[in-house]
Amino acid sequence: MIVVIDYKAGNLTSVVKALRYLLGEERTAREVVVTQSPDVVRGADKVVLPGVGHFQSTQLLEDLGLTEAVRESIAKGAWFLGICVGLQWLFEGSTEAPGTPGLGTLAGMCEHFPVLYKDVELKSPHVGWNSLEQIRPNSRLLRGVADGSFVYFTHSWRAPVVQATAAVTNYGGAFTAAAERENVMGVQFHPEKSAAIGLQVFKNFVEL
Amino acid sequence: MLTKRIIACLDVRGGRVVKGVQFVDIVDAGDPAELAHRHAEQGADEVVLLDITATHEGRGTLLETVRRAAAKLFVPFTVGGGVRTADDAAAVFDAGADKISINSAAIARPQLIGEIGASFGAQAVIVAIDARRGTKGVDDAEVFVSGGRKPTGLRVVEWAREAESRGAGEILLTSMDTDGMRDGFDCELTAAVSEAVQIPVIASGGAGSAAHFADVFGRGKADAALAASIFHFGVTSSRDLKAQLASVGVSVRLPC
Repeated sequence: MIVVIDYKAGNLTSVVKALRYLLGEERTAREVVVTQSPDVVRGADKVVLPGVGHFQSTQLLEDLGLTEAVRESIAKGAWFLGICVGLQWLFEGSTEAPGTPGLGTLAGMCEHFPVLYKDVELKSPHVGWNSLEQIRPNSRLLRGVADGSFVYFTHSWRAPVVQATAAVTNYGGAFTAAAERENVMGVQFHPEKSAAIGLQVFKNFVEL
Repeated sequence: MLTKRIIACLDVRGGRVVKGVQFVDIVDAGDPAELAHRHAEQGADEVVLLDITATHEGRGTLLETVRRAAAKLFVPFTVGGGVRTADDAAAVFDAGADKISINSAAIARPQLIGEIGASFGAQAVIVAIDARRGTKGVDDAEVFVSGGRKPTGLRVVEWAREAESRGAGEILLTSMDTDGMRDGFDCELTAAVSEAVQIPVIASGGAGSAAHFADVFGRGKADAALAASIFHFGVTSSRDLKAQLASVGVSVRLPC
C-alpha cells in the first residue's frame, strides 16, 4: 500500500495523478490511499509526503500525530518519499518557519537562496527546469536518470548538501535536489511535473 | 543551469482553442486537452490554458476542460480566466491546475493574490498583466483588463511591483501592442518589468520566430516566454524552437 499524506499543502492531486498514470486505474484504487490518519501511515509499505508551499504547513503533521507515525513507519522499514517541502521536512528545520522542527532524519537546516551570488543578484523563487548533477551511481530513486537531466523546481528555500545527497542542482551554488539514505528519500523538484524524467523517478519508487 | 522556459498557451473560447490577433480576430485551432498533450509531447516546458472570454461573459472557468487536459499532463499547467475568488481558484486547482493566472480580478481586489497564495502557495499564483504603451512608450505603459477592453489607469511597472509585494509567484506580461503580430515581443517593456521585480517574468505577445525568443530572453530579460499561434498551426514545435535557441547559446531544456 502506498500512502499519500494529505496535510493540506499543495499538489496532492498531481502526485496521485502521476501514480494513477503509472499504476493504472485498478491498481491505484487498490493500492494508493490518501490519508491524514497516523494509523494508516503506520501500516504503509510506502509513504509519500507531497507538498509545495510554506514549511509552516508541516506543523499540521505534528498536530495530527503524523510525525510520530512517519518516524515509526520509517523505523519499520517502509519506503519514504518526500517531495519539495516534503524533502525539506526530512532535515532539522527551515529558516522559513523556525518554530516548526522537521523530522530531523537528515542533519542541517534549509535556508533561503542568497540575494547575491558571486556579486550578481539572484532571482528567487527558483522556478523552472534545472539539471540534476553529481547523481550518485547507486541511487535507487534515480536509477536510469542521467547526469544533466532536467526537472522542474519551484521553491525559495533549499536544503544543504549532506552525506545523504543523491543529486545536486546548481542555483546560487549547489543544493540538495535529491536525498537518499536507505529507505528514506526526498526530492526538491516536482517529479509529478517533470515529464518523462519525473515519471521515471516515481516508477523507481513504486517498484522498490 | 536554470533554463529559459518555453510555454505553450492555449486561448480557449467556448471549449475550443482559438487565437486572436491583437485580442480581436479569432481563428479555431482545436480541442484544448488534445493540444495540451501535443504541446507537452513536442517539448513545451509548461502549458497555459486561458479562458479568454470567461471574464467579460461572467462565466466560470471551464473546469471540465481543465480536468481533461490535466489528466495526463506531466508538465506545469496554468489556468486563467474567470477566477474571481479563492473558492474559484480552489475549484481550478482541484480540477488539476498547478498554477492559476489572475488578471481583472486581481486589479479589482488585489487582496485576492495573497488569499490564494495563503492556501496554495505563492508559486501557484501568476498575475497576468495586459499592457499597452502610452504616448511616452514604456514609461507610461498602462494596464488593461477584461481581455484588453478596459483601461485601468495603472502603470505597468508599478502594478507588477504591487503584485509581487502582495505575494504573486510570477508575472505574465502580455503586450497588447505586439500580440498576434508575430513581429517580436516588446523587449523594452519586458526588461522594465523584469528589472523591477524579483519574481520570474513570462513574456507574451508577438512571438513569430526563434530570434524573437532569443531577443526577449536576452535584451528583454525574460525568464520564460509564451506563444500560442506560432505552435498551433504547425509553424514549429517547442522542440524545434529550443534547438534553434540552443544553437545561439540560449540555455533551454534539451533533450525534451
